Amino acid sequence: MKRDLVIIGGGPAGLAAAIEAKKNGIDDILILERDKRLGGILQQCIHNGFGLHIFKEQLTGPEYAQRFIDEVERLGIEYKLDTMVLHLSENKHITALNPKDGIIEIDAKAVILAMGCRERTRGALNIPGSRPAGVFTAGAAQRFVNMEGYMVGKKVVILGSGDIGLIMARRMTLEGAEVKMVVELMPYSNGLKRNIVQCLEDFDIPLLFNHTVIKIHGRERVEGVTIAAVDENRRPIEGTEQYVECDTLLLSVGLIPENELSREANIKINPVTSGAYVNELMETSVDGIFACGNVVHVHDLVDYVTEESYLAGYGAAKYIKGEYFKDETGFNTKAGFGIRYVVPNRINPKNVKDRVNFYMRVNDVYHNVDLVVKDGDRIVYKARRNHVSPGEMENVKLSKEVLEKVEGSELVFALEEVAK
Amino acid sequence: MYDVAVIGAGIVGTSIARELSRYDLSVVVIEKSSDIANGSTKANSGIVHAGYDAKEGTLKAKFNVLGSEMYEGICKELDVPYKRNGSLVLAFNDDDLRHIEILYKRGLTNGVRELEIIDKNKVLSLEPNIQDDVVGALYAKTGAIVSPFELAIALAENANQNGVEFMLSTEVIKVYKEKDVFIIETSKGVVQSRYLVNAAGLFADDINDMLGGERFRIIPRRGEYCLFDKAVGGIVTRTIFQTPTNKGKGILVSPTVHGNLFVGPNAVEMDRKDDVSTTKEGLDEVLRGGSRSVKGLNPRDIITSFTGIRATPDTGDFVINIPTKNAVNAAGIESPGLTASVAIAPYVVSLLEEQGLRLIKKENFIATRQNTKLFINMSEDEKKEVLSKNPMYGRIICRCEHITEGDIVSAIRRPLGARSVDGVKRRVRAGMGRCQGGFCMPRVVEILARELNIPLTEVKKSDEGSFILTGKTK
Ligand SMILES: Cc1cc2nc3c(=O)[nH]c(=O)nc-3n(C[C@H](O)[C@H](O)[C@H](O)COP(=O)(O)OP(=O)(O)OC[C@H]3O[C@@H](n4cnc5c(N)ncnc54)[C@H](O)[C@@H]3O)c2cc1C
Ligand SMILES: Cc1cc2nc3c(=O)[nH]c(=O)nc-3n(C[C@H](O)[C@H](O)[C@H](O)COP(=O)(O)OP(=O)(O)OC[C@H]3O[C@@H](n4cnc5c(N)ncnc54)[C@H](O)[C@@H]3O)c2cc1C
Repeated sequence: MKRDLVIIGGGPAGLAAAIEAKKNGIDDILILERDKRLGGILQQCIHNGFGLHIFKEQLTGPEYAQRFIDEVERLGIEYKLDTMVLHLSENKHITALNPKDGIIEIDAKAVILAMGCRERTRGALNIPGSRPAGVFTAGAAQRFVNMEGYMVGKKVVILGSGDIGLIMARRMTLEGAEVKMVVELMPYSNGLKRNIVQCLEDFDIPLLFNHTVIKIHGRERVEGVTIAAVDENRRPIEGTEQYVECDTLLLSVGLIPENELSREANIKINPVTSGAYVNELMETSVDGIFACGNVVHVHDLVDYVTEESYLAGYGAAKYIKGEYFKDETGFNTKAGFGIRYVVPNRINPKNVKDRVNFYMRVNDVYHNVDLVVKDGDRIVYKARRNHVSPGEMENVKLSKEVLEKVEGSELVFALEEVAK
Repeated sequence: MYDVAVIGAGIVGTSIARELSRYDLSVVVIEKSSDIANGSTKANSGIVHAGYDAKEGTLKAKFNVLGSEMYEGICKELDVPYKRNGSLVLAFNDDDLRHIEILYKRGLTNGVRELEIIDKNKVLSLEPNIQDDVVGALYAKTGAIVSPFELAIALAENANQNGVEFMLSTEVIKVYKEKDVFIIETSKGVVQSRYLVNAAGLFADDINDMLGGERFRIIPRRGEYCLFDKAVGGIVTRTIFQTPTNKGKGILVSPTVHGNLFVGPNAVEMDRKDDVSTTKEGLDEVLRGGSRSVKGLNPRDIITSFTGIRATPDTGDFVINIPTKNAVNAAGIESPGLTASVAIAPYVVSLLEEQGLRLIKKENFIATRQNTKLFINMSEDEKKEVLSKNPMYGRIICRCEHITEGDIVSAIRRPLGARSVDGVKRRVRAGMGRCQGGFCMPRVVEILARELNIPLTEVKKSDEGSFILTGKTK
């Protein structure tokens, strides 16, 4: 089968990209989603807090997703559910599988990757101890509780203070479980501040910074964990070990963009984000393959996913219509002091519609800093931030005009301490 | 009343059961775990040793070499993976060189074929990722790798096809003889048999005590492993050993038959036989040890770690003898026991025959068993064919290993099929990949509940007590 645009993943990223591509004149679009419904990870997030930026409203995950699903239906965009993409090649050949059609082979003019991310598991941390039942990633537990209606445990320790872990702390408490503590390796949380307040503080659940789980106990089912404090190098400090009785350990220790397909297609992956390098239209290093959402870098707010994905949809449309400038004009973006990464990585101002929204994360907690963007010595942008933290994504909007004026080969994003 | 009862469904018990199933006999295998191969057989290095290691004249040496020769054929008959990848014992200094010379000679005495001592250049041309300070190696071309639990499951299935009964989740508590009959008291009632085989692994010494055999003890010794992502599975293609020293046998680095890579094991004596936990020190030790041999091992690529327990007999050799009339011990089967087991089995049966068990060959013995062919391993035509009959093959459940619902259902429906999440994982690899079941576990739980017609809360990870869900939400 031949298609103009194939979108892999029907989460918020894939849906927004499809809608925008359609609005920009592409009619032959197919979304492939491996789950039984559209909406992605949002379908299991039944708490409030989605859409504050885009809709200026507090929606639940499924409500937020539904707005986009309705739009996709209204625009008549085709999608296939229960369909897993197995292979993707550099020349945009896709192999997918589903129970209804069997093996599906597609040649696409353009592809948008919107596969989201997956959770890091126990293996990635190599936590010693036994291997009983009762160790779950927070997302797997969330699926059981929110979608199947089953509890995964009664006495819970949560390792990692990522948002899913925080949200599950509240959910498990409301379901009558005892959440004994959240243990965080770092001196700060990767979760949103509002989640720490609403999910832990409001329920008196202690959050232990600079601690980790060093051993899991129990033969068939978890019986307890040993926790310990860690030093500056994140290594357990002898003598600080403490046994905590519990029957469940939830892991909320980070998300990894799901880039197996991208690697197969020889797309260049940024080791810092574990997502693809992308340009001003969210195109990856492979011609005609675009990417957006959590597969590029892990977002904490779905609103940003949506914005970024509109851009990818617009980019793919331009590409298919042949209105896309492929020349060497432009510059790279670079993470300077205090910044861990910036997305997008390369900008050709000719392709920019009105502006580019640059997303970035800082590498530590800082107070009272300026976020500065520089073209050589020239300051292009500067704004005061009272508090920045790796858990909350920063963004800077620069207009096409500003971008056209960049002369150097690099635009550097950095933090500067405010002169007293 | 059974003709023969076998205690233990590890690789030794299942090999013996399959061997017995060739004959017109009623046979039962009694296993305390809920699945086949849940003891030492599930967590070991999976190496078919060439046979240069065991001391000349021991049972270990004899059955190792015999077993190694039989392995490929048996794996073919039973349709399980076997890969003759060869193995290298690395030497890093003159002492090591002298030692591999001894191993070489021992190998020749033991009857190992295709052994060779090779120099540094040859080592590095075979395996470019070996550390540069290697000075030479013993190269055993007959060394091979297998999947121990898949083989044990296959042996059990084939035995079962040929009439052997399996009592799982059934612990032998007491055994005694009344006249010429063994009375076997189990957690699920009494079983009687005329002959008895003790293949109880780590607990074979206890069973031997009950039978009143000559006393020996089994000392549990832990071996820890780290398993790496398939992305780095190709760092080496052969199994890489270190030269054994008086400090220990060294840490090995090896690919697995499914394309992952592991390092391990260390060796730590323990006071408990059932503690399969890993330790920080142990995992650090095996990682350090592996990096002594091979470049490019990054802890970031580890996907899981585990412990196996060796059943080390205090006699120094396998204990294969007659504890009391009409019984046989196949005990203390530590490494190279996986290799030796397939050769031990016919020997144990011959010992039973010597004591009067009549062996009449079955005419309708089914010698081959067909494995569940995973969707991902099918040809394009096979895929189309199976999809047209069963749409469940069109639904991927384990995204890392691309295992479909059809694969999982067939693992459950097979004879002696999967009854737990781990059982599914060991039969068809769902949950074995880089996300270690993070994604598919809830789905596998649902499929198990549906297929077994039990509530979700009854689905177990492995044995009794390993429940996954605690109840419904409010
Ligand atoms: C638990 C949790 C809580 C959150 N809480 C909030 C919050 O309170 N407020 C907020 O604004 N944001 C929140 N977020 C962030 C936001 O929801 C995510 O960033 C957003 O869902 C990411 O969208 P996505 O489309 O990139 O990825 P996903 O939603 O993960 O969608 C990716 C889709 O791709 C599909 N897919 C993947 N691989 C394949 C393949 N090979 N073939 C076919 N389909 C495939 C997946 O099934 C999935 O449906 C939360 C995120 C999580 C995980
Ligand atoms: C770390 C390690 C690495 C190894 N590497 C290799 C290798 O590379 N190559 C090689 O050839 N060998 C190797 N071995 C050796 C090999 O694993 C063993 O020899 C083999 O698995 C032993 O099989 P078994 O059937 O005797 O024991 P097990 O697999 O332990 O089976 C015994 C069974 O008996 C059951 N049982 C015990 N008591 C009772 C009871 N009272 N009632 C009912 N059931 C009972 C247990 O539940 C168990 O399932 C290794 C071993 C270890 C531990």
